[in-house]
Amino acid sequence: MTRDDPVRLYRTVRLIRRFEERAVDLVRAGAIVGGIHPYLGQEGIAAGVCAALRDDDLVTGTHRGHGHVLAKGADPARMLAELLGRETGLNRGRGGSMHAADLAVGVLGANAIVGAAGAILTGAVWARRRRGDDLVGATFFGDGAVNEGMLLEAFNLAALWRVPVLFVCENNGYATTMPVEGAVAGTIPGRAEAFGMPAAVVDGQDPEAVRDATAAAVARMRAGGGPELIEARTYRFDAHHTFEHAVRLDYRAPQEVAAGRSRDPVEIQGARLSGVDRAAVDADVEATLDAALEFALASPEPDPAGALAHLYASGLVARTGGG
Amino acid sequence: MPRLSYRKALTRALADEMARDESVFLLGEDIRVAASNVTAGLLKRFGPDRVVDTPLSEQAFTSFATGAALAGLRPVVEFQIPSLLFLVFEQIVNHAHKFPLMTGGQAEVPVTYLVPGSGSRTGWAGQHSDHPYSLFAHVGVTTVVPATPADAYGLLVSAIRHVDPVVVFAPAGAMDVRADVDFAALAPVPIGRGRVHRAGDDVTVVAVGHLVHDALAVAEELADQVSVEVFDPRTLYPFDWDGLTASVARTGRLVVVDDSNRSCGIAGEIIATVVERVRLLAPPRRVTRPDGAVLPFAPALDRAVQPGREQLTAAIQLTMKDE
Repeated sequence: MTRDDPVRLYRTVRLIRRFEERAVDLVRAGAIVGGIHPYLGQEGIAAGVCAALRDDDLVTGTHRGHGHVLAKGADPARMLAELLGRETGLNRGRGGSMHAADLAVGVLGANAIVGAAGAILTGAVWARRRRGDDLVGATFFGDGAVNEGMLLEAFNLAALWRVPVLFVCENNGYATTMPVEGAVAGTIPGRAEAFGMPAAVVDGQDPEAVRDATAAAVARMRAGGGPELIEARTYRFDAHHTFEHAVRLDYRAPQEVAAGRSRDPVEIQGARLSGVDRAAVDADVEATLDAALEFALASPEPDPAGALAHLYASGLVARTGGG
Repeated sequence: MPRLSYRKALTRALADEMARDESVFLLGEDIRVAASNVTAGLLKRFGPDRVVDTPLSEQAFTSFATGAALAGLRPVVEFQIPSLLFLVFEQIVNHAHKFPLMTGGQAEVPVTYLVPGSGSRTGWAGQHSDHPYSLFAHVGVTTVVPATPADAYGLLVSAIRHVDPVVVFAPAGAMDVRADVDFAALAPVPIGRGRVHRAGDDVTVVAVGHLVHDALAVAEELADQVSVEVFDPRTLYPFDWDGLTASVARTGRLVVVDDSNRSCGIAGEIIATVVERVRLLAPPRRVTRPDGAVLPFAPALDRAVQPGREQLTAAIQLTMKDE
């Protein structure tokens, strides 16, 4: 089975879907504190983009970042342990939902400051290529980020220095509660075109369409091309953040939500599989997540004595208390 | 012995580290032509791949450096204007500084931020004359403020070799200081280690950066009245509390001269920590910029807002009168 096999792609969207549904349940049960930004509905983008990347390619994610981390190949058990604040988590319980990172699989981190990760990824890809690696990068961000100056500065640097970074805009229609029409002057592809970057608009609900658009862009970038942008049109099925489950915010009409949910990336990709294959993947995903949850719940919580461990890579210990 | 200027000491440190370590490169505005006169000659010696001029995109290139560091390089980012640090405070604090902890120790971010000409240069007014080292000490970013050419060399070398982000403030008031230096004896200066410039028995004067030279001049002027010990912390974070405590434990009196605004400036922290540790013979004093100061343009006003020798003399005399 190759990485872009339809079954593999289905497994990734299904894994993210069920991971997120279970994570929402764990938030409701009080097991995950602080809440999460569910990636529900947007799974096709992370799955499609990462299916067209190599293991050594680099990505950065967002506050709505579980899908990116899982699609790039992080262990769901250690990801779940991170959400539960366990020592065995990807970040040893120091990062949580919004900062999940797994440098071993090329995830330089979910990043909770909107628009901030593009420049970081641009620098990382530039540095690795300078050392002779021919890898590329993909940085995910939402429609809200296209109004952040530092992302636009990153567009300029990447284009100017021809750094092969794919800027992936997940346009789910809302920056928290602000609709795109209320926030974005011009267009999202227009942002890229202003810097001389090729831009494509794809159906973010179709994992194969996202994969194909990414594969085309990545092929051009590997052949020496500069950065490109993909606007993936999508819809967030659930809340901006799980706090909305407690405090209903009135910004999306029920009809709109129903229409958005009717185009489900898991169903779209699932329909491309035989019933037997699909059932087998579903069972495998459940078994994987059962084991992940068992692992996470059995893992120790970090020792408070080490609350500031890793504050400095140099091992400096912060002064605590008086004197 | 040959004379070495502070500015040339910085250039020499950059050149030596670039020659020693291929992963060191420079990033900043107008550094190819050396507008700050610190990177002079480095383009010719090391080429444009290692002396990288950037567009005016401070936020993007600061995070670009974070990414390059995550990918294994050691960027040195030059800022021509100290007040630009307010613009990139987000990129340094929220990303470069937080990555090691947030990733649970997966990430190292060895970036050096070099600020030649920090503080007032006289006549550069409100937006070019800040000295924000206390802010970086507050958030826990390693912060050094060398006063002499040898320390400028040694601390910049140590900063570049350090595995965590370091801000190197090179005060405008020290940039033209020259000293007799044995070039063969130039060496890294350990981060976190202070230095007694002048031994004394009656009062410890802690002076930061260029103010060390003012403190030494005042100590000399007062030599027949009071025996002043001048302590230069060199690193503000992590601070050499043991070194300072040893000094004040002998003298029993403390005066701090610091080019920060008074509220929440490093002088307040120095006094607080010393009084937690040492029973003083007299109340401690501090000489700083006023609360919340913005540096005014006219030279007399500029001087009026900065800590000066007259104020320091008065503070020393006051603390000697108190019992």
